[in-house]
Amino acid sequence: MKAIPAPRRAPLLSRLLLKRRGVLPGFGLSMGITVVYLSLIVLIPLATIFLKTSTIGWSRFWEIVLSPRSIAAYELSFGASFAAALINAVFGVLLAWVLSRYRFPGRGLVDALVDLPFALPTAVAGIALTGIYASKGWLGRWLVQIGIDAAFSRLGVVIALVFVGLPFVVRTVQPVLEDIDLDQEEAAATLGATRFQTFRRVTLPALWPAVITGFTLAFARALGEYGSVVFISGNMPMKTEITPLLIMTKLEQYDYAGATAIAVVMLTISFALLLVVNRLQAWSGRRVSR
Amino acid sequence: MSTPRRAGNDPPWVRRILIALSLIFLSLFLFLPLIAVFIEALRDGVSAYFMAITAPDTLSAIRLTLLSTCIAVPLNVVFGVAAAWAITRFDFRGKSLLITLIDLPVAVSPVIAGMIYVLLFGAQGVFGPLLAAHDIKIIFAVPGIALATTFVTFPFVARELIPFMQAQGSEEEEAALVLGASGWQMFTRVTLPNIKWGLLYGTVLCTARAMGEFGAVSVVSGHIRGETNTVPLHVEVLYNEYHFAAAFSVASILVALSLVTLTLKKLIEWRGLVARKTAADLEGEPGGTPIAELAGGEQETSLRPVERGSTVPI
Repeated sequence: MKAIPAPRRAPLLSRLLLKRRGVLPGFGLSMGITVVYLSLIVLIPLATIFLKTSTIGWSRFWEIVLSPRSIAAYELSFGASFAAALINAVFGVLLAWVLSRYRFPGRGLVDALVDLPFALPTAVAGIALTGIYASKGWLGRWLVQIGIDAAFSRLGVVIALVFVGLPFVVRTVQPVLEDIDLDQEEAAATLGATRFQTFRRVTLPALWPAVITGFTLAFARALGEYGSVVFISGNMPMKTEITPLLIMTKLEQYDYAGATAIAVVMLTISFALLLVVNRLQAWSGRRVSR
Repeated sequence: MSTPRRAGNDPPWVRRILIALSLIFLSLFLFLPLIAVFIEALRDGVSAYFMAITAPDTLSAIRLTLLSTCIAVPLNVVFGVAAAWAITRFDFRGKSLLITLIDLPVAVSPVIAGMIYVLLFGAQGVFGPLLAAHDIKIIFAVPGIALATTFVTFPFVARELIPFMQAQGSEEEEAALVLGASGWQMFTRVTLPNIKWGLLYGTVLCTARAMGEFGAVSVVSGHIRGETNTVPLHVEVLYNEYHFAAAFSVASILVALSLVTLTLKKLIEWRGLVARKTAADLEGEPGGTPIAELAGGEQETSLRPVERGSTVPI
């Protein structure tokens, strides 16, 4: 009687990770490429920030992170990003509504151009917005007459951040509006609700998850934004200096410890926001599909 | 892609006011800046415009941008296909963690993305002394620019492909294997043709971002004119030197590129939609393929299928 040959064992990576073995090949190869590349390009470089911070020492770290100039930068970054995301939430819902419910000449073009901030390099957006809102620009010259400095001020920062965050709310709300069952709105109308009541009581509740997701995405994007803001903000320390610019300034002065400490604060906030966005999208996805 | 469902619901005056409000908002933030770029670019006349975009420094900036794009995009395409294959075709531990990690570069501020490479390869960085000893320059040179570009465009292809391949399922690939195809044959004859629209879509987004990246590249470039300036950095240099018309002229190239990107994007969305609709019709399955749930939980909606358009923050 011949001995039955032992079954060929799966490679180590597959044995460790796979929950169930399918027939498809290439797990080891594709997983290997993914993990190695991810580690080399993203994880190891990001880890150096935390490594570098540990060499600064706690007291020095807090001194940098809580200095008045840093605090002013956080306040501006958060305040301006929040204001911009709020403006985008309101007009994002309006745009999504108009694009998904109405037909008007040029609708297709408008729909395509909403994505422009995703595709346009931020530096170009920065100089274009500055050109318009500066005191000699097309809009700036009128705003100056009524006492509003739109460029080289905090308002300028908000304007740039509205631009970069513009597509987020539109693109999260639009598919929801298109999927909504119009029967409910019609039922509300039949039962005597006015158009506005129907919107507020029937449509809006269905939109909330998408609006909040879009808001958070726009907010997260605005926090990290650099290119469009530097041109329009004027970059005055304590007044119009956003956090990414503060990091940049410290890097240019070869103050790597200072730059790293502030980067750690920003990274921590960004990671937290990423997790929030993931939860939110799971939540809004569930609300949409059920 | 959207089609209005019913326009008759709201009274005409409400419709007109809402459309007007949207158009005013878009004019203030989108249309006017777009038009301004071209008008400012042509302020000193057409010949000055062509002088600006054919100046030696501009041409060398264009070359550098193309070079770093040609390094970053293929790398991220290979990675994107590999990651999407592993994530959508196998069930393994830590899958949702892996998806979150792939998304990381999107959440990181571009300035920090550039900074991490300065900390690694800069003169005072971890590998600084080693690189100096062998006379290798990464920061303030082309490799650093390519690295920073790769980092910021890292997730684009993977993020488009994952939902796309998830929606397609693996039946056709399994059938090919059962019928005797080798792994490579299955990949080139079944997988690639199936994912081509998703792959193309991700590649277009990745390329657009790679060419336009400013913050991350600005940190690692050192702004050496004619040597380490990419097109967006060259725009900044010209602008800061008060060569406004020249800055806007070079910027207009980037605007044209982004308009091409948007057109391609719409075209692919439309083609991909048509292709998938026909496939669904052939199978007698109205409404197309349902989006299968990603194993490992709630990640499926963070990634949208192609026909809905992308929420990727470029």
